[in-house]
Amino acid sequence: MGGMAAPQVAPVETPDTDEVPAPDRPWVTIVWDDPVNLMTYVTWVFQKLFGYSREKAEQLMLDVHHKGKAVVSSGARERMEHDASQLHAYGLWATVDRA
Amino acid sequence: MFRRQGDRYVATFAVDEVRVLRKVASEVVGLLTDGFDHSDPVVGRLFPEVYPEDAAGTAEFRRYTEGDLKTAKIDQAGAILAALPDEAGGEVRLDAEAAEAWLRAINDARLAMGVRLEIKDGTDLGAELDDAVAEDPTSSRVFQLSVYAYLGYLQESLLNALID
Repeated sequence: MGGMAAPQVAPVETPDTDEVPAPDRPWVTIVWDDPVNLMTYVTWVFQKLFGYSREKAEQLMLDVHHKGKAVVSSGARERMEHDASQLHAYGLWATVDRA
Repeated sequence: MFRRQGDRYVATFAVDEVRVLRKVASEVVGLLTDGFDHSDPVVGRLFPEVYPEDAAGTAEFRRYTEGDLKTAKIDQAGAILAALPDEAGGEVRLDAEAAEAWLRAINDARLAMGVRLEIKDGTDLGAELDDAVAEDPTSSRVFQLSVYAYLGYLQESLLNALID
C-alpha cells in the first residue's frame, strides 16, 4: 500500500470480520503463502476440507497469495489443530494462533 | 497428462516419465522413513511448526498428529508407485480416491523439490532453466528443474480432470 496518496476524506473504519472473532472463538487456523502450491490446488483444498463455495475458497486463496496469509477457520483450539493437521496432509503451510 | 474418462482419471506415460515418477515418489518415501529429521528444511516444510512461537506447543501437537500425517504421506506416495506400469511406459487409470492420493503426493514431491531448488515467489522457471542450461546442460539442477516443471503440469492436469 506504500506510495498511495492520503485520501481527502478518511473512510469509515469497517472491522474486518476475519480479524474480529466472536468471544467464543478464541483460536484461528492461518494458511501462509508459499511459492510452490498451485493457486487452483489451494482453492480446491479449501473447498474440499471446509466445504466452502468456489467463490469463498477463491477469495481466501487470493488473500493468502496477495496478503501473505489468511485466516481460514476459527473456533475451539482442538478443532483448529485438527484443521491445521488436515491442511498439512494436503501440503499447505498452516499454523494455529489465538485470534 | 491426465484426462477424465467416465469415473476414471487416465494418463499415458512414456517410459522416461514412469522412471521419473517412480524416482520422485520413492524419494518422498525415503525422506519420511530413513533418518527423518525435523532440521531438514524439506521435512520442516512438509511438517510445519503449528505454533511458530511455541516450541512446546508444536512438540505436543506433533506427538499426537505426526505419526498419522507421516503414514498418510507415505501411503499417498505409495499410491503413485502402486499405479505405475512396471518398466515400460503405459496407461494409468485411477479412481477418484487414488486420483486424490496422487494429487497430494505430487504436491509433496513438488514441495520437497521446491525447497531444494530454492523456488521463491516470482521465480521464473523458464529463466532458471535457461540459466542452468547455459551453465551446464548436463547438471543435476537442469534435470531437477525440468522434473519440477513437469510435476506442476501433471498436477494441474489431474486437478483439472478432477474439477471438470
